[in-house]
Amino acid sequence: MSAPALSTRGLAKKFGSLVVASDIEIELPQGVRYALIGPNGAGKTTLINLITGMLRPDAGRILLDDADITMLPPDQRVRRGLVRTYQINSLFPHLTALESVTLAVCERTRAARIWWRQLPAYQHEIDEAYDILSALALAAVCHRLTRELAYGQQRLIEIALALATQPKVLLLDEPAAGVPREESKELFAAIAGLSGDITVLFIEHDMELVFRFATRVIVMVGGRVLVEGTPHEIASNPQVRAVYLGKATGKAMQEPRHG
Amino acid sequence: MALAEKVTSPQLYLQAQTRWRPVEIAFWLATLLPYVLFPNYLSLASQIAVTALFALSLDLILGYAGIVSLGHAAFFGVGAYTAGLLSKYGWGEPLTGLAMAALAAGIVGYATSFVICRFRHLALIMLTLGFGLLLTELANSAGWLTGGLDGLQGIHTWKLLGYFRFDLYGYAAYSYALAVLFALFLFARRIIHSPFGLSLRGIRENLIRMPAIGAPSRAHIRTIYTIAAAIAGIAGAVLAQTTETVSLDSLGFERSAEVVVMLVLGGTGRLYGGLVGAIIYMVARDQFSGVVPQYWYFWIGILLVAVVVFLPNGVLGGLAKIASRWSRP
Amino acid sequence: MLPPIFGVVFDGLAYGMLLFLLSVGQSVTLGMMNFINLAHCSFAMLGGYVTITLMSRYGWPFFATLPCAFIVAAVVSVGFERTLFRRLYRASELDQVLLTIGLVFISVAVAAYIFGTDQQPLQLPSYLRSSLTFMGLRFAVYRLILLGLALAITLALVLGIEYTRFGARVRAAVDNQRMARGLGIDVDRTFAITFALGSGLAGLGGALAIEIIGLDPSFALTYLIYVLIVVSVGGLGSISGSFAAAVVLGISDVAGKYYIPQLGAFLIYLVMISLLMWRPLGLLGRR
Repeated sequence: MSAPALSTRGLAKKFGSLVVASDIEIELPQGVRYALIGPNGAGKTTLINLITGMLRPDAGRILLDDADITMLPPDQRVRRGLVRTYQINSLFPHLTALESVTLAVCERTRAARIWWRQLPAYQHEIDEAYDILSALALAAVCHRLTRELAYGQQRLIEIALALATQPKVLLLDEPAAGVPREESKELFAAIAGLSGDITVLFIEHDMELVFRFATRVIVMVGGRVLVEGTPHEIASNPQVRAVYLGKATGKAMQEPRHG
Repeated sequence: MALAEKVTSPQLYLQAQTRWRPVEIAFWLATLLPYVLFPNYLSLASQIAVTALFALSLDLILGYAGIVSLGHAAFFGVGAYTAGLLSKYGWGEPLTGLAMAALAAGIVGYATSFVICRFRHLALIMLTLGFGLLLTELANSAGWLTGGLDGLQGIHTWKLLGYFRFDLYGYAAYSYALAVLFALFLFARRIIHSPFGLSLRGIRENLIRMPAIGAPSRAHIRTIYTIAAAIAGIAGAVLAQTTETVSLDSLGFERSAEVVVMLVLGGTGRLYGGLVGAIIYMVARDQFSGVVPQYWYFWIGILLVAVVVFLPNGVLGGLAKIASRWSRP
Repeated sequence: MLPPIFGVVFDGLAYGMLLFLLSVGQSVTLGMMNFINLAHCSFAMLGGYVTITLMSRYGWPFFATLPCAFIVAAVVSVGFERTLFRRLYRASELDQVLLTIGLVFISVAVAAYIFGTDQQPLQLPSYLRSSLTFMGLRFAVYRLILLGLALAITLALVLGIEYTRFGARVRAAVDNQRMARGLGIDVDRTFAITFALGSGLAGLGGALAIEIIGLDPSFALTYLIYVLIVVSVGGLGSISGSFAAAVVLGISDVAGKYYIPQLGAFLIYLVMISLLMWRPLGLLGRR
């Protein structure tokens, strides 16, 4: 029985009297695809910020492959394979797509500390970046500035940056957010194409994605984990329905028709 | 298949970016013009070269890593005083003087970088300002060392390489300053085109994202800050050696503010922005040297407002825009 | 007999109050819009010159000029805000710094051109230049009045921000601008009014400062540094933070110059750097 890829124990955080996370215990076995859902303000992104080290928890522990990483700074967690993407694109506007991904690769291989050799000499890193971009159908635009790309393409760069770090655990924060239907094909293909070695936790509101990719769903409300189960169990759970009351509930929680 | 061909070699594409452009070669050839065209202005030219080097060092942290510093002259001053004091107390050899100045400024830079790398926004600006002012006060009160308001006296620079004497005509001074500028320019150019240079640009573009791709951004900032400090120190040392004077204004707020103005005027993050800005600024100042200081600052004020409103990427940015509009039919 | 330290603290307090008046506007507007306005002290300088002009050219009594200093500074600042500053709210910090420094340079040159570079003499009525003796120490009447006035203004500000509708809007906008807009608060108008108030207070501070620290064209630049220190140490958007920082800095500066004069301004920079390193968001800042 191998250790879970990622687990949290009793994670808690509050800002003054606002409790954003309370006693969060989750466990992600190796290679799974879990979805994290919940109404706005439930604390999903906060949880990701806590896990990645952008926020310091008031209590609790975070374990990556059985190693306690609670005290590690964010960049070191990335080095150990814990990587996230952002809900709102956080990219490098004036770097080209290729430069951005190459940068991520170079940071991983520690080539980024070298100031005495020229970048073109790093054939390996550049090729790897180019391959990642090609897999995401971005090869044709790799020399365009990030700010000039379409939103859907920028969303893919978000994923490209994450892939460049060779993640073991990937936290995707609403990967499809803001992407129009026409441009989401590559995005879905990219998520589907993620290697089985990578453990994925993704926050999503789009139920189609949840049903398509997730083997298990965690529901968060008000900073706590409400319930956990398979997508079908969650869809028919009355508590969960009640939580989503006020939104287009009935439709949102039904299984999408296939075909 | 034309499209595929265009993108088959990303490496070659990146390599093309590091190649020397014709306009660059023209620029450096033009720096030889003063010998021929303006032989009476060689001492001004060497001051311009020194200032250009100083602006280049600021570009490394401001234009490439996004650190707004209002106290960069501190390192210039440390370098100048180091070289000056060495000379005053008996060792006037220029090249080793440069090395010692770089070392001293680099050490101060390294020490302060530990604080600098942890802050952003207003706190960072205030800290750089504070350090600069602190150093100015220190230099002022340590009059026994620095000569206080009168400046350092008794500097005598030895012959360069045992042969070239710094005389009133300025040939040696300008050659020296220009050579140092060019050498360090090549050095800076190498840094910019390295993977480290890429990560600096990443820091400038999106500091928050850097740790999320595993970048130790603080370590990177410390490195470039130290390098920039050392280069600024060398610039100060060259000034001290060629003019044989050092005074408090070499590390004052005015000098820090001026170099920011020059860099922004030329255009940040373009390697040549500091050089171009320094040339324009210093030539203009020389031409209008009869003007009372307040009125000079009046026009600088107008210039700053105009640059921010109309020319946000400086002169080079504006030229680049024009050039790209020309190349697109 | 009171030991001289009381006198030093008193002078430091008065100086601190002055710094507070000069800085509070900057702190709140920075906290609200994240707009670095280095020309803030130019408005203070303007207030000072208004007072000088009204008194020397038109013979107004000192206290009558104070409201004018406030109003002129406020109105002029709004003019700049509506025309120039608004474009820069989303600009980079560097651009904001550069543009407003440019304005400072321009204002310094204009002041030098109109008024010359000498310190402006101020003819205060004799009762304002006298001092009270209390327990062996002499307390300048002017500083007493300055203290009283500043404390009254502080009280008015604090009460205003806590108990008025406008104050609630200011607090909301400082706390979370996007939310405030979402709640229907006209943030731009709130900001314009706050900006005017802050600059007006700076103008008032400039007028009151003449007797204590003098007035010449370099005022806009010299005191800018102190204002920035107060603002960054006190915390953006915090009135009480600015108050605390101004008092600490005022007393440190006066005490430093009195007890260890060789240190000069050295001490203030050291205090600022240490405080910023301990609390980069300021003593009471939230951003």
